[in-house]
Amino acid sequence: MEDIILKVEQLQTDFQKDNQRIRILNGVSFHISKGEILGLVGESGCGKSLTSLSIMRLFKGTSGEISGGNIFFRDEDITKVTENQMRKIRGKQIAMIFQEPMTSLNPVMKIGEQLMEPIRIHLGYNNKRAKQHAVQMLTKVGIPRSNEIMNEFPHQLSGGMRQRVMIAIAMSCNPDVLIADEPTTALDVTIQAQILDLMRKLQKEENMSMLLITHDLGVVAEMCDRVVVMYAGRVVEEASVHDLFQSPLHPYTRGLIGSVPKIGQKKDRLESIAGRVPDPSNMPKGCKFAPRCSDATAECHEKEPSMLEVEKNRYCSCWLYDKGRSLISG
Amino acid sequence: MHPKILILKGVAFVLRYIFKRVLEMIPTLLIVSIIIFYFIHLIPGDPVRLVVGPDATSEEVSMIREEMGLNDPIFIQYMSYMQGILQGDLGKSLKTGLPVMEMFENRFKNSIYLTLFSIIWAFIIGIIIGTFSAVFKNKLPDNIGMLTAVSGISVPGFWLGLILIQFFSVQLGWLPTGGADSWKHFILPSIALGAGIMAMIARFTRSSLLETLGSDFIRTARAKGLREMIVIPKHALRNSMVSVVTITGLQFGFLLGGSVVVETVFSFPGMGRLLIDSIAFRDYPVIQALLLLFSIQFIVVNLIVDILYSFLNPKIRTISS
Amino acid sequence: MGVLKEEVINETTINKSQYSPIKEFWKNWKRQKVAFSASLFVLLLIIIAFVGPYITPYDPYEPNYNSILQGPSSSHLAGTDEYGRDIFSRLIYGTRISLSVSFISVFFGAVVGTILGLISGFFGGFLDRIIMRSSDVMFAFPDIILAIAIIAILGPGLVNVVIAIAVFTVPSFARLIRGATLEVKETVFVEAARSMGAKKTRIIYKHIFPETFSSLMVFFTMRIGTAILAAASLSFLGLGASPGTPDWGAMLTMGRDYLGTSSHVVIMPGIAIFLTVLAFNLVGDGLRDVLDPKTKNH
Repeated sequence: MEDIILKVEQLQTDFQKDNQRIRILNGVSFHISKGEILGLVGESGCGKSLTSLSIMRLFKGTSGEISGGNIFFRDEDITKVTENQMRKIRGKQIAMIFQEPMTSLNPVMKIGEQLMEPIRIHLGYNNKRAKQHAVQMLTKVGIPRSNEIMNEFPHQLSGGMRQRVMIAIAMSCNPDVLIADEPTTALDVTIQAQILDLMRKLQKEENMSMLLITHDLGVVAEMCDRVVVMYAGRVVEEASVHDLFQSPLHPYTRGLIGSVPKIGQKKDRLESIAGRVPDPSNMPKGCKFAPRCSDATAECHEKEPSMLEVEKNRYCSCWLYDKGRSLISG
Repeated sequence: MHPKILILKGVAFVLRYIFKRVLEMIPTLLIVSIIIFYFIHLIPGDPVRLVVGPDATSEEVSMIREEMGLNDPIFIQYMSYMQGILQGDLGKSLKTGLPVMEMFENRFKNSIYLTLFSIIWAFIIGIIIGTFSAVFKNKLPDNIGMLTAVSGISVPGFWLGLILIQFFSVQLGWLPTGGADSWKHFILPSIALGAGIMAMIARFTRSSLLETLGSDFIRTARAKGLREMIVIPKHALRNSMVSVVTITGLQFGFLLGGSVVVETVFSFPGMGRLLIDSIAFRDYPVIQALLLLFSIQFIVVNLIVDILYSFLNPKIRTISS
Repeated sequence: MGVLKEEVINETTINKSQYSPIKEFWKNWKRQKVAFSASLFVLLLIIIAFVGPYITPYDPYEPNYNSILQGPSSSHLAGTDEYGRDIFSRLIYGTRISLSVSFISVFFGAVVGTILGLISGFFGGFLDRIIMRSSDVMFAFPDIILAIAIIAILGPGLVNVVIAIAVFTVPSFARLIRGATLEVKETVFVEAARSMGAKKTRIIYKHIFPETFSSLMVFFTMRIGTAILAAASLSFLGLGASPGTPDWGAMLTMGRDYLGTSSHVVIMPGIAIFLTVLAFNLVGDGLRDVLDPKTKNH
């Protein structure tokens, strides 16, 4: 068994809305091993970004809070550590890059200062050493004229360059886990490929683990080792990339993959799944996907399925695969 | 390019920008001066009578009138007035006979100090209250802070001044009731004058900071593992500062207007009280010079705010270089 | 690369059929607890302004030399002034003066400012430049100083206070409405009305003005507070109401000499001004939150 570096168990995260607690994440579980890239996919609003914010515990200024479950980083349950200890993990052991490179950097601070901040606090370097390290990082992420860029402001850089800076910031303290939340969604297609290549290269070099959050199955296929599929704040399927694309189990996953055009296959329209993501404050009773599922039976609308190991290392929560029942359809 | 050359280029650009803005100011100032000059002549009553007194004969009156140049067409009068201003001559007070320039000297200094003290404390306290309110949004510190702020906006400055006098000067005897002889004389007037602005700065800081705190780069800063003590002042407040400084500058007129009232309450020897006294006496040359000075001050402050704004905002700063 | 179809639930579309702006406003207004209470207080002040003269316990002008400068008591709720006049009764009369001075001045300032702002924003070009240039010149004078200058010309008195406040109110309304007009002008429905050949005055009246109305309401309320403060300041400086008038600002000036011995003479009218302005400001804040959330930061 490979070393598991991050393990999320039965995570529950709540938000407050109009004096009402609404559970957005309900029992999310998965793990990442050393040097592995795990993809987290789902439609927008399924809770994949919130999962990453829960791991980093970045709830300040929102009503969000973790109300149940555990998150083990190495052997420590980081849902239990104090805010002070958590700050030492953020940016040092678990680092994060975000979707919007245009707004994720502070517009009134020079790139160098923004990059040197985590280096100074986490690695304890003095200004001179921090600066050297920062320039090295910029060079490492493929930024030309890195010495000059240190003194420039974010608005002087292109979107792709800014995302490289974000990667440099995240990688600056050599983290064990990198969480990348839709890192290329806001970029042009050509830039997307460059950034993904860069991330892959750095990940290999450092043997770092990565949680890659995306709604783009193309990115998943290209980058990830394993995939976790989320729907309505729950994990519905987990498999290796190969297995998932070869034979998706959950009807939702099948729908997702069906909506990806395959090269050489001519289709007039993308198949999309009918209906919409349920409102978290008004969840359907049984399986949350049942209202949109073409295979749903009366039971599906009544009881929520639990996670099952359908095949070796293949997990799925769907009544279709519950051995105690005979619902399997073609 | 060598960094030194870059800096020199930047300085040159800034100077050019300032020069351009000063040039743009001139037409406004000219129009303002014409309006003031014309308006002063609309004030009913005869300035000559004020000089010569009620017992003078009509010959004396017309002689003095000729001497003061009041028989010339208004345009000529304006031109000679402007000529005087360029040579530092603002005319003579009808009441005291002293040159207006001389009357201004100390009063101007006093008023500037009063304004500066007021704006400095208002700025510091306003930002602190606004920051606490934003950080503890909808909690007790926020409610207290915002209640203080809306009260500060609603309280009449002159009344606050009277209450302060009653409490600190009359009852406790700690501070003088009026005058401008030592730093102690500036404390109460500064409080009365700055209260409203402090409140506005607090409210504005809060809303601006709340907006900033919701932005992506604040999340980035937190994700880097920075403590809130760093995130709030260094990352959030610095961003909000651009707009807070602008707003503060725009409230400057409020301060000038307030100074008239507050200076009257504290019998403070400044420009504001001089205006009221001069209006009561119809001391035209003084009124005219004061109005001109107030509007110049206001325009100049707005200019400074504009320049400051472009300095604080790197987007504008770097587009230049 | 395939991208999943993203769907967003749009809650506002659900009840579109029974949408009523007044009902919606009322629902949100009741939620603004502070502003709601403040609006009740404003309502009370308006009622007092109307019925004031019929409910005062004493004649506000009648001197009574037997009870000079008495502190608050059961017979004189707010005490008496240096002529023995009942301060409470004078405050009630003062409500009418304060509210009418501020309302009338802001109203005229707003009407003129709005018309200028609409013209400036809608037609642009030369007219716009003239109007904005003039308002720049007016902005070169701080409000109170402009008012003082106007009163210096017109002479002291409440009517002239109204004129002075109305004048300095004009440019700020003109700017506000000009900005709002520029924004609305580009919207689809104004473009549509234009392309269908609607008359310009009709477009302004039917399409643009109603869109600026909520900003106008918010700003109007805020300016009432400013106007009350300005009027009180002018009276205090001896440029407004004549000394004997039961005007809040004038009462303060008169009471100033007795501050040391009978502070209630100063405190009572001050509280009246403070609470009234506070109420209008709170209502203004609330209105802004409900009607015009986008201007929150301005």
